[in-house]
Amino acid sequence: MSEELKLTILKKLDSEGSIEDTTAAFKGVSEEVVLGALKSLESQEKVAYVTLTTEFWTIEAEGKDQLENGSYEARIFEAVPAGSQGIAIKDLEAKFGKVAKLGQGKCLANKWVKKDGDSLVRIADSIVDQVKAGLETVHATGTHPSKDTIKDLKRRKLIKANKTVSYAVSKGAQFSTELKKQATDLTMEMMQSGAWKSAEFKKFNFKSLGVNPNGGKLHPLMKVREEFRQVFFETGFEEMPTNNFVESSFWNFDALFVPQQHAARDLQDTFYLKDPAVASSLPDFWKTVKDVHEKGGYGSIGYRYPWSEDEAKRLVLRTHTTAVSAHMLNKLAQGPYRPAKYFSIDRVYRNETVDATHLAEFHQVEGVIADKNMSLGSLIAFLDMFFKKMGMSDLRFKPTYNPYTEPSMEIFSYHEGLGKWLELGNSGMFRPEMLRSLGLEEGVQVAGFGLSLERPTMFKYDVSNIRELLGHEVDLGMIARNPACRLDKKMGREALQRSEAVDEI
Amino acid sequence: MPTIDIDKQELFDYLGNQFDTASFRELCFEFGIELEEDSSEKGQLAEGERAQLKIDIPANRYDLLCFEGVSRALGVFLRREDPPTYKVVPAAEPHRITVSAECAQVRPFVVGAVLRGVTLTAERYQSFIDLQDKLHHNLCKKRELVSIGTHDLDTVEGPFTYEAQRPEDIQFVPLNQTESMNGRRVIEFYEDDQHIKKFLHIIRDSPVYPVVYDAKRRVMSLPPLINSEHSKISLDTRNILIEITATDLTKVNMTLNILVTMFSKYCNEPFTVEPVEVVYPDGKKFVYPELEQRLMATTGEYLNGIVGIEKSNDEISELLKKMSLEAEVQGDKINVKLPATRPDILQECDIAEDLAIAFGYNRIPRVQNNEATVAAPHPLNKLSDIVRREIALAGWTEALTLSLCSHDNNFAHLRRKDNGDEVVVLENPKSSENQICRTLLLPGLLKTVCENKRYALPLRVFEVSDVVLKNAAVERGAQNQRHACALYASNEARFEIVQGLLDEVMKSLNVVSVVEANKGVRYSLEEADIPTYLPGRGANVMLINEDGSSLELGTIGILHPEVLGNFDLKTPVSAFEINIEPFL
Repeated sequence: MSEELKLTILKKLDSEGSIEDTTAAFKGVSEEVVLGALKSLESQEKVAYVTLTTEFWTIEAEGKDQLENGSYEARIFEAVPAGSQGIAIKDLEAKFGKVAKLGQGKCLANKWVKKDGDSLVRIADSIVDQVKAGLETVHATGTHPSKDTIKDLKRRKLIKANKTVSYAVSKGAQFSTELKKQATDLTMEMMQSGAWKSAEFKKFNFKSLGVNPNGGKLHPLMKVREEFRQVFFETGFEEMPTNNFVESSFWNFDALFVPQQHAARDLQDTFYLKDPAVASSLPDFWKTVKDVHEKGGYGSIGYRYPWSEDEAKRLVLRTHTTAVSAHMLNKLAQGPYRPAKYFSIDRVYRNETVDATHLAEFHQVEGVIADKNMSLGSLIAFLDMFFKKMGMSDLRFKPTYNPYTEPSMEIFSYHEGLGKWLELGNSGMFRPEMLRSLGLEEGVQVAGFGLSLERPTMFKYDVSNIRELLGHEVDLGMIARNPACRLDKKMGREALQRSEAVDEI
Repeated sequence: MPTIDIDKQELFDYLGNQFDTASFRELCFEFGIELEEDSSEKGQLAEGERAQLKIDIPANRYDLLCFEGVSRALGVFLRREDPPTYKVVPAAEPHRITVSAECAQVRPFVVGAVLRGVTLTAERYQSFIDLQDKLHHNLCKKRELVSIGTHDLDTVEGPFTYEAQRPEDIQFVPLNQTESMNGRRVIEFYEDDQHIKKFLHIIRDSPVYPVVYDAKRRVMSLPPLINSEHSKISLDTRNILIEITATDLTKVNMTLNILVTMFSKYCNEPFTVEPVEVVYPDGKKFVYPELEQRLMATTGEYLNGIVGIEKSNDEISELLKKMSLEAEVQGDKINVKLPATRPDILQECDIAEDLAIAFGYNRIPRVQNNEATVAAPHPLNKLSDIVRREIALAGWTEALTLSLCSHDNNFAHLRRKDNGDEVVVLENPKSSENQICRTLLLPGLLKTVCENKRYALPLRVFEVSDVVLKNAAVERGAQNQRHACALYASNEARFEIVQGLLDEVMKSLNVVSVVEANKGVRYSLEEADIPTYLPGRGANVMLINEDGSSLELGTIGILHPEVLGNFDLKTPVSAFEINIEPFL
């Protein structure tokens, strides 16, 4: 059918040059079918067409009644006898029902009749039924020359607007009357038969999206983690075994020279365990740690408070991976001196009230460098290089306080788009009280630095609520859609230009 | 990190009118404090309102917690002034506090000092109160360790006594009240007071309460709660008696020293303090405050080495002056005199930090001189990454769920029983979502599917992460275990789909199915009655070693419809979860 129609169109064009109106030319063929044929022909550039839209009016049920039987007002006028006697209104209502009321109003408005007591009396001798005449014109021509008439009939809901669509067709660049079947795809069959050589391929719409492969995807946080790991590997770091979320307070705090009354050890900030509640033992050097807290040592005056072994044994969910760094440094100290670089990226816990930027657990990125040559200057130089690999070149350092590092520095980077300095993380040189109690010899300096993994990820992937990144409230669509992570390329909010960044500030 | 509010104009005037907000922010950055906010930048100030600066102070710098401290430290840093020398001068009539034996039961220590001839203004008075608040909150650990009482010396008579009495026997009018109360009534009275109620727990249940009396047995304070109305300080007060009680002798001294070094500035003879002698029941006597400078010996070699600069000892000594530290060079040695304002300096490394700040962190030469080291991944993480990639390549999407969850999520919702030998339970969670450490990844993934119902089925989700299991054999009593869990949610359970994925994972780890081989390291699905799964549709995943011994890796199956209901899921789900550590 459609092939037939296409051929008919082509032949008509061939003989007539053009088709002015498809509705007139192909009576009885629906507009959709014509359009289908035209689109197909157009895609082969055999024809070109423009859409013609015609408005016309059809008569509604009530209109049909008035077209046949006259308008309501005409019917009422006819029912009012000539002469001063007129007719009683209630008689009209009895005879015409609903029509009486509607017709009466119009008759009065047209000054065809007047009210005389309970009766209607003629004023006009004769009338012309304009409504009926109007409907007749619409019936015959689909429209009416007078806009007011159309408007009036429409208002009375006697007629309804309609639209016809037809097409004016002309020859296309590749016009011919021959119709070749077009191939939509290259098939194995065509390859085997050689049909592809003479096949005409249907024009392809490249302004479209392909089929989603619905493949597997990796989580964005893990993608950012992978980039960080790569940078650590490039710079000679060994990954620490951080697969121990449960730590004793000893390793999490005491061994790091965090005093037992420190606010970070409050129930408000740290998750303590109910079961199991305490570590079965403390490492051999616990007395060294006790002494350095209580009395000092290694040139330090210590914190001078009574240190409690029981407090040190209380188990916690680690509040930082530095607990693991302490284990590693303790292990490193068992052998002869060698420089070492350690890193880890893993979960840590804080007893936080959850909101858009805080979770009770998050990932900490940590690096530790043990080296006799380590100084604040070489740490700064290292961090310069480290962050440069992530596309951040303009670093600045601010003195800060950490209980287990001294000197300590916050790391800042200037963000062009936001026009301000952003804090990247924290760093410093571990205190001798910590290092020496862990067994490291004097002169071995250890620098550490840390940052959260979630923060840069939220920045790179434009996630504003941390719960939509880590945890079950994640949007799997977000995971499927987001691009690969390349820390050296600007992504997400990071790529914001100054003008776009106004809302951010 | 504590934050203080400072009058902007007053501080800028003090520093010689050379700053605007931007340049002052830079100064703070360099010095290691942080200008958090300038109220005049936030919007129009109200008529007569003065611009305030909000400044973040490092948690160990108690000497910067008030206008007096921060202005002096910055003034010295800018070399506009020299740091003062604080002096203890004898009083005409010595002050004494005698401690009774009972105090040892509740709050053993007391120290004191007198500021003579003080001139207070409304601003200075407010600063004095604010500093006490800040110290109480931070150093004094919400008054638990230390609490401060201040009195108009001219309203009381020494010698004073520090005692511990039964609450019924203590009678006085508390500060800003008119009613005379005994100790019990005080507790009751302040139960609804937003400020004081937080401290009631410190002494509430003690049989005796600490109390300070003057010679006429007038109550001066009921530490750590409240001072008396009688001895309260006003703007007209000229002589201030400070008594501070504590359970921690180190911190009580730090607190006293900070208070007197900050506010002795307003004494007739600035920076002088009159001592108070404290006599303990055993007859031991101590005199406070202890304002002598501490000596700490260090070397230029050490300091230069830590910072990464090369300065002569004399240059170092000059730089340290900017940090209010006086240093004497003695050959190779540098003897640093530490003022009473700097109890944060414990070790030479603290002096190194001050040197670095004085030199300027951002002016330190950036020289990389570390020795080369060899990189290596952690074997377990390397294994995880192999499994993660294999599962993702097979068409699964990676989730990263929380390792803390409710007890029900991990047990009742999975139709599992808690035998008490598996799960680590938290002591102090703020939410029921954080009751335990998960022992399975499955509940997190089921919740993930529940949150993503809007997506077309099937959903294929996986996670490779740690769970935590109790283990009495290790020091910490618990250890992590690395699991891999994958699930398939669709209109039909299609067990064979997760089974096929498990086959792929095993293949990637070079382990074959017992269906395909009868020797070597193999795996096998052994039908088992596992309550989480539909009866007859659950199995244990077993690893069979070359020697024939076997090990349970985990489970696989079609989830029990009741389990799905518990996670608000209406579609069938099949899943497996295995421990991957045996593949290390």
